[in-house]
Amino acid sequence: MSEGPIIDVRGVWKRFGATEVLKGIDLSINKSDVTCIIGPSGSGKSTLLRCIAFLEEYSEGEIYIEGELLGFAQEGGKRRRVSEAEVARVRRNVGFVFQQFNLWPHMTALENVAAPLRLARGIAGDEAARRAGAMLEKVGLSARAGAYPSQLSGGQQQRVGIARALAMEPHIMLFDEPTSALDPELVGEVLQVMRDLAGEGMTMAVVTHEMGFAAQVADTVVFLDHGRIAASGSPEEVFRRDPNPRLRQFLQNYFDRNVFWQSEEGAAS
Amino acid sequence: MFNTTIIIKSLPLLLEASVWTVVYSLTSVAIGFCIGTLMCAARLSTSPAARRVSAFYVSFFRGVPLLVQLLISYYCLPLVGINVPSSVAAVGTLALCTGAYITEILRGGFLGIPAGLIEAARMVGLSRTQILTRIEVPLAVRFTLPSLVNETTMMVKASSLISVVGVLELTRLAQNIATSTFQPLEIYLTAGAIYFVINGVITLLGALLESRFQLEAAR
Repeated sequence: MSEGPIIDVRGVWKRFGATEVLKGIDLSINKSDVTCIIGPSGSGKSTLLRCIAFLEEYSEGEIYIEGELLGFAQEGGKRRRVSEAEVARVRRNVGFVFQQFNLWPHMTALENVAAPLRLARGIAGDEAARRAGAMLEKVGLSARAGAYPSQLSGGQQQRVGIARALAMEPHIMLFDEPTSALDPELVGEVLQVMRDLAGEGMTMAVVTHEMGFAAQVADTVVFLDHGRIAASGSPEEVFRRDPNPRLRQFLQNYFDRNVFWQSEEGAAS
Repeated sequence: MFNTTIIIKSLPLLLEASVWTVVYSLTSVAIGFCIGTLMCAARLSTSPAARRVSAFYVSFFRGVPLLVQLLISYYCLPLVGINVPSSVAAVGTLALCTGAYITEILRGGFLGIPAGLIEAARMVGLSRTQILTRIEVPLAVRFTLPSLVNETTMMVKASSLISVVGVLELTRLAQNIATSTFQPLEIYLTAGAIYFVINGVITLLGALLESRFQLEAAR
């Protein structure tokens, strides 16, 4: 494995027609780092994550995954889009967890995890099923291996989604608002799985609105605003000290929404 | 007067011929399904050429009567040097015809698949072909099963048309018996009843499959 960062985003722009969603993003993610990307809706945070997975083609700049340019080849100063198979090769060590889970509804939980092992990695059926079972155990879902996605709660579906990505033994896991589609009481079980992963040293990039998770788990917090990185640093720096007024306003709004009870003696700071 | 003896006497022959009806129609639906899947993928691809080929294919085979298609293939294939048994030419024509309808049926199913399911497949490294055969086709079939079953029953009935190009199947045999015995009413009623039973079985199998799929969707 290369010595440099696992993900290196350099001067990335993304345009949808005339709309500029990302305006020159620079971001490095090192091995075992947990990077949380926060920001108001429409700030471009999900687009950035989708560009890193090449689910969106970025318009300008470069994204390197473990030293390899993603999605393009440089030829005599010009860049050329590479084939889908080549994209798949470069991002083979990138796992992705979706806001909407995106489990395949015609496969059981176990099949959702085992099928990619067989199809993409060519692992024999028995061995694929064994590994898939172990992954489901890791996310606490052994008992539901035979259930179809529609028979699982949102939190369970998302844990299967995480198991499916983990089974491919990725070097980095990307999470796109993994708890935003969940009922509040189901958020905790998913965050716990993610905490455990971070504790094991998994490299993670997480787009999230869960500030508590970012504060406790992140090594780096990145605040995106109007397609630019407006603040970044340790949770301590970003949440307590960074003076950026847009960041302060964003955090204040979040705080106002989430504090519904204050003691007589005084508000939490 | 209504002659039941002739029915009982000709029933074994009619049943034997109905086996061919089932073989020809189900074979064409199976081949037509593969054609339909490919044409549907072409129709929804990013290549303008592929989209045009698919659109032309569908409009031709939907726009020209099946009987005319059968006659064209029967008379024209030998002219261009393709000498195949008439049964093969007939099944091929049936398959191309039903393939055009299946293309349109599946298109609705494909379009109903959430984009995220395909993205998830790409992110775990499935190839384009694997995504088509393991994710898109199974889901499209689930979304469109009633229409596909309907199309299959239509093909069982449409297979009676291949009698005009000399292929022996249920209708053709019924014609033969009717003309040699001068008892058309009894024979055609029996043939009609056999078609009815075949399609009843197909509908039943479709319903069984549907209830199995519904287990997956059950809460």
